[in-house]
Amino acid sequence: MTTVTIDKAGPSRKTKIGSMSRDRKWALRWSYVFLTLFAVFFLFPPIYMFITSLKTSAEISAATNPWWVYNPTLSNYIELLTSNQFLTFFKNSALVSIFVVAITMLISIPAAFALARMRFWGSTTLATGVFLTYLIPDTLLFIPLFKMFATFAQWTGIELINHWWVLIFVYPTLTVPFCTWIMIGYFASIPKELDEAAIVDGASWMQTLLRIFVPVALPGIIAATIFAFTVSWAQFLYPLAFTSSVDQQVLPSGIITTLIKGDVFNWGQIMTGALLGAAPPLIIYAFLMDYYISGLTAGATKG
Amino acid sequence: MAEVTLRKVVKRYDDVEAVRGIDLDIPDHEFVVLVGPSGCGKSTTLRMIAGLEDISDGEIMIGGDVVNDVPPKDRDIAMVFQNYALYPHMTVAENMSFGLRLKHYPKAEIKQRVTEAARMLDITDLIDRKPKQLSGGQRQRVAMGRAIVRNPKVFLFDEPLSNLDAKLRVQMRIEIKKVHQKVRTTTVYVTHDQVEAMTLADRVVVMNHGRIEQIGPPNELYHRPATKFVAGFIGSPAMNFIPCRFEESGGLLQVRVGDTIALPIPPDRMERYRAIPRDTKLLLGLRPEHLVDAQSNTSATFQPFDATPDVIEPMGMETFVYFPLAGTQLCGRINPGIEARAGQPLRLAVDLNHMHLLNEATGHVL
Repeated sequence: MTTVTIDKAGPSRKTKIGSMSRDRKWALRWSYVFLTLFAVFFLFPPIYMFITSLKTSAEISAATNPWWVYNPTLSNYIELLTSNQFLTFFKNSALVSIFVVAITMLISIPAAFALARMRFWGSTTLATGVFLTYLIPDTLLFIPLFKMFATFAQWTGIELINHWWVLIFVYPTLTVPFCTWIMIGYFASIPKELDEAAIVDGASWMQTLLRIFVPVALPGIIAATIFAFTVSWAQFLYPLAFTSSVDQQVLPSGIITTLIKGDVFNWGQIMTGALLGAAPPLIIYAFLMDYYISGLTAGATKG
Repeated sequence: MAEVTLRKVVKRYDDVEAVRGIDLDIPDHEFVVLVGPSGCGKSTTLRMIAGLEDISDGEIMIGGDVVNDVPPKDRDIAMVFQNYALYPHMTVAENMSFGLRLKHYPKAEIKQRVTEAARMLDITDLIDRKPKQLSGGQRQRVAMGRAIVRNPKVFLFDEPLSNLDAKLRVQMRIEIKKVHQKVRTTTVYVTHDQVEAMTLADRVVVMNHGRIEQIGPPNELYHRPATKFVAGFIGSPAMNFIPCRFEESGGLLQVRVGDTIALPIPPDRMERYRAIPRDTKLLLGLRPEHLVDAQSNTSATFQPFDATPDVIEPMGMETFVYFPLAGTQLCGRINPGIEARAGQPLRLAVDLNHMHLLNEATGHVL
């Protein structure tokens, strides 16, 4: 009897281990397949943009293999980077994004702190309300906003339309609700005892926010910053609607309005402009992502 | 350091009264433990003293000043939380000095106070680490250090040892007691663990349903509980409660348990119990250590009886036996040298000098 049991236990155990490792191998293979598909799908447009940006207009319109550059040239890059127009777009975009991120954080962080931590009448309704405002699409808002700016100009004589800085007032209507909302969630996940300990230690609400909440919630704040930056850097509809002079344009609308002349598409420069425009967010993400991860694990690894 | 006084303190959440009018005087230097089951209002009481909860009614005084409307930061208290609540982005030293830095103490004094507290708690080597790199016990020491460096009027502890394993809990209990003996700061300590309450407290406050059941030194609560709740809550294993009735035979009072056992009341209690109406429903309260084996307890104060244990628990220095009697399950404590087996009859003895008699209806000890 005993030997029978041992014989039985031996092989059944072996096959189990074998099948588990085989399962894992297959799972790994499938994940590689799908990850490769995913990467190819999403890298397709930027690679095509990059290839096109290295071609001359003649080569782009020639009936050759679109995936190969026969006469590579940097002329598109040189032309754009030496054109004052393009550099103005770039500068306007950068200024708008920096101001919008700053304004958004200055409003969202205290708002989220108040909604997550201070119990006051209507705080939960207000928190939901903040999120609901985000759900209103911006395509619905630009006409009323346009009207508002026109009325404002009538009453005060201050012309808001066709100034790049008007976007600094407009974009926070998109970024503040969402950033506040994600930070309410992040702040709510911080144990309540942490602020109670700070308050008992003698901290005011402001000190609790700045010295405890902001450092502890830094990963959440960075996520919100990335969002605010992306929205203000890539927003297309509002700058198209609110700015028209060339010197007041930002990158996304500027590239389209200046590089498409009538029905002539300057594809080489459009692709180059789009690539150069995509570079700053990429660099910022890469930098913040490192910071984000090191922020999460700082206490665990540093000696 | 200061005394803490609670006068008719009430806490209401909408319709629910969590704390129902508590009166408590804690003199300077005293270590008071609030103990009770979950939801008895002990943590709420502590949080009201800290100022983290508003007071619905009544008065709280710290050092003679009414602090009802004083914010926590101006009450000069320090609190240790159950989950430590250390600031994760600060080192141990920064955690401990946070309160002092907020009050702009001179750097030299901060350093001196932190070093001193770290030495007292044996965490000098950990001073530059972040909380993540510490074990549970070390974190709790840091949390205590953060309280000590402030040198507050009152220490408040909210179940500080509940997150630690059993062995560490005993160790930290001793540490807390040592620290209190050194700094002598008035302390209010909340726990649901009656062993912690007994071992740490100068006085224990037993709470139940938002009220104080009894206040007294640990031994007084153990030996002279005022109510059934206190009698059952303090002591482990818990006190046995056996339904019983009074009988008078030949001018002597005796307690009848079930049909077979009649136990004579000790003469010194005769007068106290004689006034009890005969038809009162009673409970006989006996601690396990007063239900012992008859073999090693032969003096006249012990009344022998037979029982059949169904569970035997050897603990090493003592053995607990569980047996049914008069429709209830009882626990006795016998000499570990005695051979006892489940299902086999055992001669036990009861020491009535330590008996308690309770009114079943009111729950009061008579």
